[in-house]
Amino acid sequence: MGIILVYYTIIAGFLVHAPRLAILHESIRNLFFHVSIWFAMVILLIISVTYSIKYLINPKAIFDNMASEFAKTGIVFGLIGVVTGSIWARFTWGSWWVNDPKLNATTIALLIYLAYLVLRLSMENEDQRARISAVYNIFAFTAMIPLIFILPRLTDSLHPGSGGNPGFNVYDDVDNNLRKVFYPSIIAWTIMGFWLTSIRIRIKNVKEKIFELESKNLF
Amino acid sequence: MKTITVLISKEFTIELRQKYALGGMILYLVSSIFIVFMALNLNNASIHPVIWNAILWIILLFTAANSIAKSFIQEKKGILLYYYIIATPGEILFSKMIYNFLLMMFLIMAGVLIYSIVLGNPVQNMQVFSICVLLAALGFSSTFTLISSIASKASNSSTLMAILGFPIILPILLMVLKVSKNAIDGLPNSNSFNELLTLLAVVIITITTSLLLFPYLWKSS
Repeated sequence: MGIILVYYTIIAGFLVHAPRLAILHESIRNLFFHVSIWFAMVILLIISVTYSIKYLINPKAIFDNMASEFAKTGIVFGLIGVVTGSIWARFTWGSWWVNDPKLNATTIALLIYLAYLVLRLSMENEDQRARISAVYNIFAFTAMIPLIFILPRLTDSLHPGSGGNPGFNVYDDVDNNLRKVFYPSIIAWTIMGFWLTSIRIRIKNVKEKIFELESKNLF
Repeated sequence: MKTITVLISKEFTIELRQKYALGGMILYLVSSIFIVFMALNLNNASIHPVIWNAILWIILLFTAANSIAKSFIQEKKGILLYYYIIATPGEILFSKMIYNFLLMMFLIMAGVLIYSIVLGNPVQNMQVFSICVLLAALGFSSTFTLISSIASKASNSSTLMAILGFPIILPILLMVLKVSKNAIDGLPNSNSFNELLTLLAVVIITITTSLLLFPYLWKSS
């Protein structure tokens, strides 16, 4: 299902008639990729945090697995979002990276989640690793949310939707075609993220089963 | 309440008994300020306020990370078990936070003093600057105390302390830098009011989250 939606997004994204605007021209099509990937990333990270909270309430290994896998996929999506945003910036603003609060905030968020991965790697004992990384996940999430959503709106920036710029609703008032592709694309990328994560979780479960069976065979 | 005061006085006694820790921190401050002074190579020229601001807070950030890292990491293995018998986890964390806050106030004031002696003091609005220092000490102490308790459980704790702590302290640091720059430029109090309020909000959120999460951390070996 996810594959179908992603194909729809990619193909329609390039073919749909997009309104031409002064600076953006055709690059408005990036809306479908960049913004939807960010939406999907936020959704994935929210799910990761809920699994962390669930793990603290009820320590089962499966919750910890899901929390970490969702966080990993969230990081990958975040990186893709940064790359697509950077390419877009090159075309519209002229440089690969600007000193913009939303960009800074998202870099910090990515650093936080990469630190989460390092923390997981540095602990051997499984229960301890699960518990402490769950605590860090929740702590980092509550520190990150004010960053990404509140700070950029308070300050001026080039980024659309914050500071002095109108959000994208102004642009596609003229022609509703963009919305037809935008909303499904959010769903498409989110489903993509879910699919990637669920495959990783299944691989992990299979590896654990193999490990158990092997250790049983030894005795 | 009484337990918290007892725990704080315990922290002070330990700190004053082993003078090497506090002296070490002050020496760290002085050495880093001196290195910056030598690296800038001024010869009576004065330093641009933006750079003064940035380097001051970077030095204070590293000092904070190092000094608060000690609070959980240097506790001996069995001593934590004893604390858990006599006090609730909230009290333990809160007492460490207050102690770290007082330590940070002392270190930041000493740092600003030495920094001003060596590199000049362009701050024009001392009111805003002092509130900024207060909130920075609160912010550093609340985040780094929890991070230090997380890092103390892992094997490679001092590196982990830096990795875990720096991204989380960045929003607080950015706001502190902005307010401090406002104070240096002598802007009226109303300009910085929003940022100070946001700083206070972030600190309160951090303290609450830490108090909620700490009970889950203390249980392990």
